[in-house]
Amino acid sequence: MFRTEYRKIVAVLYRHFGFEQMETAEDIASDTFATAAQNWPINGVPPNPIAWLYAVAKNKAKTAMQRSNLFDSKISPQLETNTHVFIDEIDLSPQNISDSQLQMMFAICHPAIPTEAQVGLALRILCGFGIDEIADAFLSNKETIAKRLYRAKEKLRQQKISIELPSATQIDARLDNVLLTIYLLFNEGYYSISSNKVVNTDICFEAIRLCTMLIECPLTNKPGVNALLALMYFHASRLDARTDENGAHILYNDQDIDLWDKHSISNGALYLHRSANGNNLSKYHIEAMIAYWLTQRTDSKEKWQAVLGLYNKLLQIAYSPVAALNRVFAFSKVFTNEQAIAEVAKLKVKPDQFYFMLMGYLYTEVDNGQAASYYHDALKLAKTKPNEELILKKVNELR
Amino acid sequence: MLIFRHQDGGKIASPEQMQIWMQQTMDWLNGLKATGNFEGKGDGLIFDDAKVVHHDKTVTNGPFGEIKETLGGYVVVKAKNADEAAECAKGCPVLQGEGNTVEVRRLAKGDGVHA
Repeated sequence: MFRTEYRKIVAVLYRHFGFEQMETAEDIASDTFATAAQNWPINGVPPNPIAWLYAVAKNKAKTAMQRSNLFDSKISPQLETNTHVFIDEIDLSPQNISDSQLQMMFAICHPAIPTEAQVGLALRILCGFGIDEIADAFLSNKETIAKRLYRAKEKLRQQKISIELPSATQIDARLDNVLLTIYLLFNEGYYSISSNKVVNTDICFEAIRLCTMLIECPLTNKPGVNALLALMYFHASRLDARTDENGAHILYNDQDIDLWDKHSISNGALYLHRSANGNNLSKYHIEAMIAYWLTQRTDSKEKWQAVLGLYNKLLQIAYSPVAALNRVFAFSKVFTNEQAIAEVAKLKVKPDQFYFMLMGYLYTEVDNGQAASYYHDALKLAKTKPNEELILKKVNELR
Repeated sequence: MLIFRHQDGGKIASPEQMQIWMQQTMDWLNGLKATGNFEGKGDGLIFDDAKVVHHDKTVTNGPFGEIKETLGGYVVVKAKNADEAAECAKGCPVLQGEGNTVEVRRLAKGDGVHA
């Protein structure tokens, strides 16, 4: 409840006070919860805790506004008779909460803010994650994250970014950036190097929640948004199946299909279908279609040919080295490992862990010595214990 | 554990239903290409998405699953500048097809339009 209510209150407060008075907004939100933390253990949790929190937040906001008005009127007495003295109450209605959050999304995903900072800000402001949770997700420490967030907020202030929806003519261009941030947010949770499963899963669902908000608003309910949501639902279906109770990674082929969430897959298919209109093909469309095939575990020629075809399309519209390596994996399923190795040679990609893992896989049973050597290269780049264990398992399977 | 549900989440589409949807989606995709609505036709590059290989942008491998989930591991790729991105693009298999090109563009930042 803390996280949900924090992000609602803070979004409304931000919008009310603007980025110039960011500290005020955050102080009020934090104070509200601090008050609850002091009060509830003594007096018991109130019958309607959310209403209680909102009432406290409203009062604190009012006090803050009075204080700032007093300050204003002292240093500039001519303003005293101004309408500025009028103090309106902050509006914590569901409509205003959702409007504020949507507007905050566009403000945070402003092109002037560096992408990495956007993800951090989104986690903090839009999702209500604590600094320690964010640090955990990024495998970083609290100080670094706090500094990074501070700089990002400075940027919001300096650029005088207003908290509002872009105009109808700008919405498409700005929406691209919002989608990218949601996409990266989901990635952060799904492929996080941190082994904190709870936080990682929460991040994935937060990305889904933010994307759903965009779909619920007619202005932003565009095909690309539906495609991104489909993509995330397809992948989220395996969240329960891909780690064991100790947080160790379970590989795709070893996962218990019964743990794949059928609601999630069905939702993915629904949104993918809704995304299939208009004249623009986004990379999310293609990735979502690939993700659909991943929800069908049975290996069939049809499946891998479809996936390979989709990767070819994806590389045409949005090339990335990793997509190219993924394409080779699909290629090996349609053709042979030897042919796939030849494909990799044509790529000239910078060898990273992903590359070494792929090569280890492709050389398995073609040349186990080579395979082991590639896995050892991958091992050197492993940053976490579960990752190391996974690679060692691969090496052991070669024997 | 899936706490996040869509309003339609109570209903689960049957595999047959999903197959029909997929088929319709593929038809849409293929129809796009046939009518030439594929943006940036000649080289098959959609300009809106060119930001994927982008100055100072964090580029991740996207939630593709595939190798990541099959072989494990993770990766974050960063292109320091457009040149490095172009270097990467040289390996694009698309280039193997005659007449195909790969375009790498650095987008204008902070003009309020480009990401």
